[in-house]
Amino acid sequence: MTGLRAAQGPYFGDFGGRFVPEALIAALDDLSIAWDKAREDPTFGLELSGLLRDYTGRPSPITEAPRFARSAGGVRVLLKREDLNHTGSHKINNVLGQALLTRRIGKTRVIAETGAGQHGVATATAAALMGLECTIYMGEEDTRRQALNVARMRLLGAEVVPVTAGSRTLKDAINEAFRDWVTNVETTSYVFGTVAGPHPFPTLVRDLQKIIGEEARQQVLDRYGTLPTAVVACVGGGSNAIGIFHAFLDDPDVALVGCEAAGDGIDTDRHAATISKGTPGVLHGAKSYLLQDEDGQTIESHSISAGLDYPGVGPEHSWLASIGRASYRGISDAEAMEAFALLSRTEGIIPAIESSHALAGALALGRELVEGGARPEDVTLLVSLSGRGDKDVETAIEWFGLTEGGGPGLRGADEEADR
Amino acid sequence: MTRTSGAAIDDARAQGRAALVVYLPVGYPDVATSIEAARTAVAAGADVVELGLPYSDPGMDGPVVAAAAQAALDGGVRTADVLHAVEQVAATGAATLVMTYYNPVLRYGVETFARDLAAAGGAGLITPDLIPDEAGEWVAAADAHGLDKVFLVAPSSTPERLELTAAASRGFVYAASTMGVTGERATVGERAAELVARTRAAGAERVCVGIGVSTAEHATEVAGYADGVIVGSAAVRALGSAPGPDGLAALGELVGRLRAGVERAGAA
Repeated sequence: MTGLRAAQGPYFGDFGGRFVPEALIAALDDLSIAWDKAREDPTFGLELSGLLRDYTGRPSPITEAPRFARSAGGVRVLLKREDLNHTGSHKINNVLGQALLTRRIGKTRVIAETGAGQHGVATATAAALMGLECTIYMGEEDTRRQALNVARMRLLGAEVVPVTAGSRTLKDAINEAFRDWVTNVETTSYVFGTVAGPHPFPTLVRDLQKIIGEEARQQVLDRYGTLPTAVVACVGGGSNAIGIFHAFLDDPDVALVGCEAAGDGIDTDRHAATISKGTPGVLHGAKSYLLQDEDGQTIESHSISAGLDYPGVGPEHSWLASIGRASYRGISDAEAMEAFALLSRTEGIIPAIESSHALAGALALGRELVEGGARPEDVTLLVSLSGRGDKDVETAIEWFGLTEGGGPGLRGADEEADR
Repeated sequence: MTRTSGAAIDDARAQGRAALVVYLPVGYPDVATSIEAARTAVAAGADVVELGLPYSDPGMDGPVVAAAAQAALDGGVRTADVLHAVEQVAATGAATLVMTYYNPVLRYGVETFARDLAAAGGAGLITPDLIPDEAGEWVAAADAHGLDKVFLVAPSSTPERLELTAAASRGFVYAASTMGVTGERATVGERAAELVARTRAAGAERVCVGIGVSTAEHATEVAGYADGVIVGSAAVRALGSAPGPDGLAALGELVGRLRAGVERAGAA
């Protein structure tokens, strides 16, 4: 199983493609051509790497989390700190590239969808930096869950449009953004936020996010002289996961583990575990796994994390799952929030709830490996800490009942850490 | 014998006019009324009926059609209801197409859907989010069952893509009058006439124009240069303007006016 890194789309195995109205094909073709040229162009490369260094603050460090790791069977846990990027998540990696590309092809306006608001904030930031007009579509339900990010986007000069159709979450925001794009495609770039959607987005976003894994692979090798046992990341659409997985695709000894949002539980009907519980179909322009009923109608997903609350997933993940190169597991809201509290208390890092799914996955995986006979000192788990949790404090207050000296969830986390 | 959309358009042409094509989603406001609405449209002069298969994520539809589709889904409409509606409407003798996003067809099974659609007397499919490049399975199934394959072209389509789409289509090519989603507009896109001419030059036998066509005046204008005039949102809005018989009457009046509009162009 080698050469997986070379996959370029439009198809990844049986997944991917372009299931969109003809009206968008010319724009998608133009974008493909522009990206093929830009990524070979040293001037573009220098401009982008300069921004990533001087504006975003790359490379992001890796941080060892020994107190947290006690609850993961005592294995070594390394955090790839995308939370330290400007704007607080990995999303900025992608939007700076796409905004530069927008300027390069002479368009003056960007639009984007957002779930948790991280991609919207990142897009609004890049638009401000580069003087582009910016409209962000966000499900009305999400504007309520992530009011702080709505305010941030407006401060950055973006127009935020609450979407009231359907389930009023990320999938509906994507529908609305596509409607805007098909109408305004001559002036407007759709800065897609994840590795889903029609070709070339899965490839384009992957190319812009793979720096996460490229840096991390080298950092782990430099510091520890070995590759990690497993790389763990949360998967909604899957951009931070592809970003950190990609550099390791052709390292067959490195396990790749995607953590999907299992909401109330993987065996309930309220979750967003697309690969674990979904079936192949077409949504938002690509063939991939999705949550659908027997008539092919999309089923609404559920997760405490707005950024993972999506019934689809990027086609490259569906492919990696189908060939067995990556595995995907469900992490419930409760497991994610426990990991959220634990990392905060043990390491002084408040993670995004999205990233907390990966942390919970690492806790479970570490224990399983040790129970399976691995020596803890031989196991290194590299976790994508894709974003910071400032935006999630409101949710944490509700979950833990943080008004009167801490709730039961936090005491549980304390005991865990001191064990 | 199933009436194809090509035959319906050719018969209209023989009468010296463009064909009138009316879109109505199955299950809006309920399955029985939507079937009655399609019959009403045929009686009032529609040559071709497009029955919409409601879908949860209708990315190419504007607010009127999207809301109707959502209402139909909320009412519990199923793919089987659409096939049932096809049978009922095709029995009127009108060419009856299904307009659908691809995933419900994929989920049903492309070959099985084609078989059941043909058995119900359906003429074929209009596929707004399926381009010929991705349509291998559907094309094979449609060919096996003698179904119309109606693909879309848009003002942004290149000459190469117009040729590809014209060659892949059977029945007619659906020309989107403007860059945008379905919905009523004050004027039909000025690029529509040019797109029709370009699509014909690319080899299309019949080209019908939709998106934004909502009044008799629009119908007259479009019928002056296209082989067919497609009306969707305005028909859905008329049907939804009042419950029961009043909505059906409003739809019948609208379709009658549109048909007169089409005939005016033929007489000119």
